[in-house]
Amino acid sequence: MTTFPEDSILVLVETTPSGGLAKSAAGLLGAASLVGTPVALLVRAPGAAADATQDAASLGAKHVLTAEPEGADLLLAVPAVDALAAAANLVRPDAVLISNSVNGRDVAGRFAARTRSALAIDAVGVSRDDEGIVAHHSVYGGAYNVDCAPTFGAPVITVREGSIDVRAEPVSPEIAPLDVPPSGVPTASIESFEEQAVTSTRPELRGAAKVVAGGRGLTSQEQFALVDQLADVLGAAVGASRAAVDAGWVPNSYQVGQTGISVSPQLYVALGVSGAIQHRAGMQTAKTIVAINKDPDAPIFEIADFGVVGDLFDVVPQLIASLSARKE
Amino acid sequence: MRIIVLMKEVPDTYGERKLNLETGLAERGASEAVLDEIGERALELALTQAASLEDAEITVVSMAPETATATLRKALAMGAGKLVHIADENLVGADLGLTAEVLAAAIRRTGFDLVIAGNLSTDGYGGVLPAMIAELLGVPYASALTTVDISSDRVSGTRETDGGVMTVAAPLPAVISITERFPAGRFPNFKGIMAAKKKPVETLTAADLDIDPEGLETPRSIMLAVSERPARSAGRKIVDEGDAGEKLAEFLIQNRLA
Repeated sequence: MTTFPEDSILVLVETTPSGGLAKSAAGLLGAASLVGTPVALLVRAPGAAADATQDAASLGAKHVLTAEPEGADLLLAVPAVDALAAAANLVRPDAVLISNSVNGRDVAGRFAARTRSALAIDAVGVSRDDEGIVAHHSVYGGAYNVDCAPTFGAPVITVREGSIDVRAEPVSPEIAPLDVPPSGVPTASIESFEEQAVTSTRPELRGAAKVVAGGRGLTSQEQFALVDQLADVLGAAVGASRAAVDAGWVPNSYQVGQTGISVSPQLYVALGVSGAIQHRAGMQTAKTIVAINKDPDAPIFEIADFGVVGDLFDVVPQLIASLSARKE
Repeated sequence: MRIIVLMKEVPDTYGERKLNLETGLAERGASEAVLDEIGERALELALTQAASLEDAEITVVSMAPETATATLRKALAMGAGKLVHIADENLVGADLGLTAEVLAAAIRRTGFDLVIAGNLSTDGYGGVLPAMIAELLGVPYASALTTVDISSDRVSGTRETDGGVMTVAAPLPAVISITERFPAGRFPNFKGIMAAKKKPVETLTAADLDIDPEGLETPRSIMLAVSERPARSAGRKIVDEGDAGEKLAEFLIQNRLA
């Protein structure tokens, strides 16, 4: 029988539909390594759990528990919650870390409610004090920093994707299969699934180091291509303001802001984005902000490190030409 | 069909929002309070689908301070049939666990076939409450739906996650959450506003729901510290005189950003 370290941190690592570890795994295991010993839980469809164990080890999981609960690929959240409950029972961790993804939030919510654990959501960091694990949050669009901890017990913490830079050292893990008693809690079933094809060679918006975003100032879907061109020169991801999304120029998944994706890249270039507070809420933690807008009073200039008042259809082509020339 | 829509009052995101640096609580006076937009979309979905469902009753359930009644009445003016408002000073600053317990108890007390919520509120940005409530009620939960089809005994829809798009379904009773792909809520018209005045509003306390907000046997999440991030200040701003693209290229290269 495996024994787990006193300072175990249980990490639910997500896998992609094709069986690899999700991008969020590295940050979660990195965060766990800062405050204790990372113990990874892999939940896969029956017969598929072995695939990703070595990946988890290379990301620093000292122990890897593999669970193959019935229905893991056919039912929403509940099989993973059952696995997590069994793992927590076995490991007795100091905290449970889960990605703040759509699936992660569902599992975290159900698990916390079932086990009556304190839940902290969308953390951007974790630390340990005398009493236990503390979650650090950035709220109201990055305007406030808040630290939270449970009154007692191990907290369940969802971690914002792309927020943790620390990576744990690779280790040779102890791997053990986990027996998962099914809870029988009713859940929604998956009737069909279509994996989203990755068509772009550009970085993913979430967690990107550079982002070029376009707004209403691009004036049309055809003109929005200018955003793509600059993004390609900079090796950046493409984002958009709500106005550009509502106009139908780009898909919903491009939206940066309060109700879209929050990003904190090294560089954020806003083209024809006015900078409504909802948009700023999703990008103002960027290290360097550049804005081009013909309205000198656009609120985006209040937070821009470098602002250009001008016609983006003149400025951006010149910028692209200038950057391309220097690269050659 | 008994449909419950979860709604909340939030500080208007079009204004400045403030946290009290001593209590860590939202400064409700600092900005205008509005119904959260995603909740309005959830109500709009319920109102739209109600027409094709037998005996549809739409009840809005909200946990909010007493002062929120005025805001919540908008939901009645939009067309909801009834409001259940849990207002209790002892619930100020309630964490997610306590909030979920209170809402689940109110939903159970009201009776339900389907609970509809938004996927993420604009203030808390948590996105976990519907899952917690589903677990406490012991029913299925289909999250982040971008299309929804409700029939007398089943709910189905399209769900988008990071990995792809899926079709999901659950038997009723169930909880669902929707994304902002759904149409915005309708504006209440004069007739709706007048009718709202006669609609029932039930005000409950935690004690009515048999919940002790100060009970110490359940772990709660507490705030240890809150601080304001220094505001970003504007940097260099130039007006294009024909060479702004080149100047910007220089700035990016100097700062090793290109």
